[in-house]
Amino acid sequence: MTDTQSRPEAHQEQKLMTGTEAVAQAVRLADVDVMSAYPIRPYDGVMQAVAKLIANGELDAEFIVAEGEHSQFEICKHASAVGSRVFVGSSGVGWMYAMESNAVTPSLRLPVVAMIGNRALDDPGAFGVEHNDALCVRDLGWQLNWVEDAQECFDVTLMAYRVGEDSRVSFPVGICVDGAFITHSQTLIDIPDQESVDRFLPPYDLGDRILHPDNPISIAPQANEDWVMEIRKQTDAAAHRVKDVIREAHSDFKEIFGRGGDNPFYEEYMTEDADYILFGMGSLSLPAKVMVRRLRDQGEKVGFVRLKWFRPFPDAELAEILTRFKAIGVIDRDYSYGSPKQGGVLFTDLRAALYDLEQRPKLVNFIGGLGGRELTPEMMDQMADITKRAAAGEDVQTVTWIGVRE
Amino acid sequence: MPTGREAGDTIPASQDTQQGSTSTEVREEAKSVEFTYRGIFQKTLAANLCKHVVMATLKRNWLGSTIQRYSDSPERNGIPAKQFAVIAPDTEILEGHMAKYEPSELDVITVLDDTMSDGIECWAWYGRQPINVRLRRGGTLLIISNRSHEELLEVIPQKPWDWTLALLPGTPSMGGLWVYRDDGTDMRVLGAMAKARPDVLELSEVQAVVRDDEQLGEKYLDALQSGFDEVQAREIKAGEGKVDDYEPVVLPGWKEMREAIIVPAVKVGEKNPYYKTSSDRTMRPVVNFDTCIKCRQCWIDCPDECFDITEEALHPVNYSYCTGCGICANVCPVEDCIVMVNDLEFVAEGDKDVFPMWKDDSAAYHEWRDEKIEKGRIDHAAHFNADVWAK
Repeated sequence: MTDTQSRPEAHQEQKLMTGTEAVAQAVRLADVDVMSAYPIRPYDGVMQAVAKLIANGELDAEFIVAEGEHSQFEICKHASAVGSRVFVGSSGVGWMYAMESNAVTPSLRLPVVAMIGNRALDDPGAFGVEHNDALCVRDLGWQLNWVEDAQECFDVTLMAYRVGEDSRVSFPVGICVDGAFITHSQTLIDIPDQESVDRFLPPYDLGDRILHPDNPISIAPQANEDWVMEIRKQTDAAAHRVKDVIREAHSDFKEIFGRGGDNPFYEEYMTEDADYILFGMGSLSLPAKVMVRRLRDQGEKVGFVRLKWFRPFPDAELAEILTRFKAIGVIDRDYSYGSPKQGGVLFTDLRAALYDLEQRPKLVNFIGGLGGRELTPEMMDQMADITKRAAAGEDVQTVTWIGVRE
Repeated sequence: MPTGREAGDTIPASQDTQQGSTSTEVREEAKSVEFTYRGIFQKTLAANLCKHVVMATLKRNWLGSTIQRYSDSPERNGIPAKQFAVIAPDTEILEGHMAKYEPSELDVITVLDDTMSDGIECWAWYGRQPINVRLRRGGTLLIISNRSHEELLEVIPQKPWDWTLALLPGTPSMGGLWVYRDDGTDMRVLGAMAKARPDVLELSEVQAVVRDDEQLGEKYLDALQSGFDEVQAREIKAGEGKVDDYEPVVLPGWKEMREAIIVPAVKVGEKNPYYKTSSDRTMRPVVNFDTCIKCRQCWIDCPDECFDITEEALHPVNYSYCTGCGICANVCPVEDCIVMVNDLEFVAEGDKDVFPMWKDDSAAYHEWRDEKIEKGRIDHAAHFNADVWAK
């Protein structure tokens, strides 16, 4: 710990829990008013955990089990409009079934917080992790954060309320949690006390936007071409403000809880003198870090950068730090059929973000870990090798599928 | 998950462990412990065990995490499932074992229901895997069982190296599940593990966990001690045990598979050759073909369509697909025509059809059947949760 880094102020207790239980603990400390639920793996652990907290008297909240995800997300959207702090979530095709509600929520600027337990979209019926479910809302105004472990599940849930409910933002936030690897694994995490959480997270206040008999307003009327563009422009303007709010929240979070890393948007791992790096989101950072340590021992100048906030996409921030590398291997736990180069979603966005750089690193893309398949340190070695060859100027294939049976 | 190597194939020396060392040789490296359990019934028990292993490792200033094998479906009654605890001396080593589907090698495999000793089928398609398939060289297989080492070695495959089979006397427990009271099984298992593998877990470490936990009292310490005292560990030599006839499943590549998620359907009258559900079974129905009144109730009610129809209009059981749910025995209107018997009484028979035995010599069949019933008849209420505190 350096001298400039302040010691965490909060009193914290260490507990062993899964990612979904960690989210539930944050829901408790955020004193959520309404949770609506509908079971689907791997999200459903959080619904059991919150139900237990309510049953044990540790949380006073309405717990509404809907008859399907569409109603589930509508319930929370409406509860949010009348001034309740809400929590909702789903996975895979359950999240897709709620899509109409997911689309309107950011337009109405309601700060619904959802946990998306990332799961492959059917068909085939599968419940392992893929990021395509959450990525489906990337253009709509949802703010999306991919967490690395159970501790971040807890931390980012608190961040989600703080950022989403800020009056400059007022957007829904999705906490994206890799199914199985985070939702179904227990690790030791630090849980702070109520007092310190209250210092970080102010009460939910919609101000004059609250739907209440004392404040007669109507929400979401029909509007035609003479209104829609201005409404979209308002949403666009708000989306421009999110990064600053995240920076403030990150700084306060770090001061109070002592966590959150150096940068709110990304984490750099052993990149100082790296020639080339791998780049990705979520739990794949664990095997990636194992690979980096191992190859560093052999003298390789390799590093890893983990993206935390996918929306807002930290384009300028990433361009500034990534320009110094010769090559970047982007790992996508998703697919985007027919996209430029037929690469993944993260690859395509990162390419766009780096286009204006005078000195652009060579970008290669890896698609792997689909449907819950494990991304091993050995697969990371393979990706590092291809990226290294790209850095050396070798003409390598732009997009490579890793770990698929030929 | 069948990637890189085929599912269940002989496990090469892992990069996660110190090169060439056996499970017990090096203390200061990560250790992985598996709990194999029956879905729903023992899910809470397995979760508690994993948690206690991690909490105990904190007492030696190590760290730990747990993994549920995600392709299992532990929300379904009786389905074999696995949960793992991984402990390591520091964060970096532990990280190397996290974000995994399952550990590649296990220092200790604990089996909470001995009817799984003859191998289990995952909900995913791995074929029927031996219970010790991922045991690390020199590792320990710990089973709760009232059977002998010799009896169990008839169904547990041999290894090319020495390993340890530790038995903790007892019957399958559902301790902690819903209304089932905690019966101390978790503590007894931890005590047994502390005796057999102090490099993984020391008795004093678990004792410290119990003392720190306000919800655990003195009787937990007694149960812990009883597990420590009662476990019977025996060194198993290389080549000792059943011949390993497990054939790893070979999955096709993407170019070989039919496009558009199409698989051939099972034709009328045929059974799915790829997925057999018999390892879900703790007990099996045995039928008296002489007292059967041919009412067909078993054939109608069986949820897995296990009952065949013979030319005599009798109903033998296709045991490859029988999950041992007991519905047939419940609906059969004839007393003792269908009787549920502990599945481990059928080591020699396996899933083989016994109807030809009755056709050849019905007297011999009855003698065989009566003996099985006498030895292994399952009275549900008495069979489960029979362990008492610190017995």
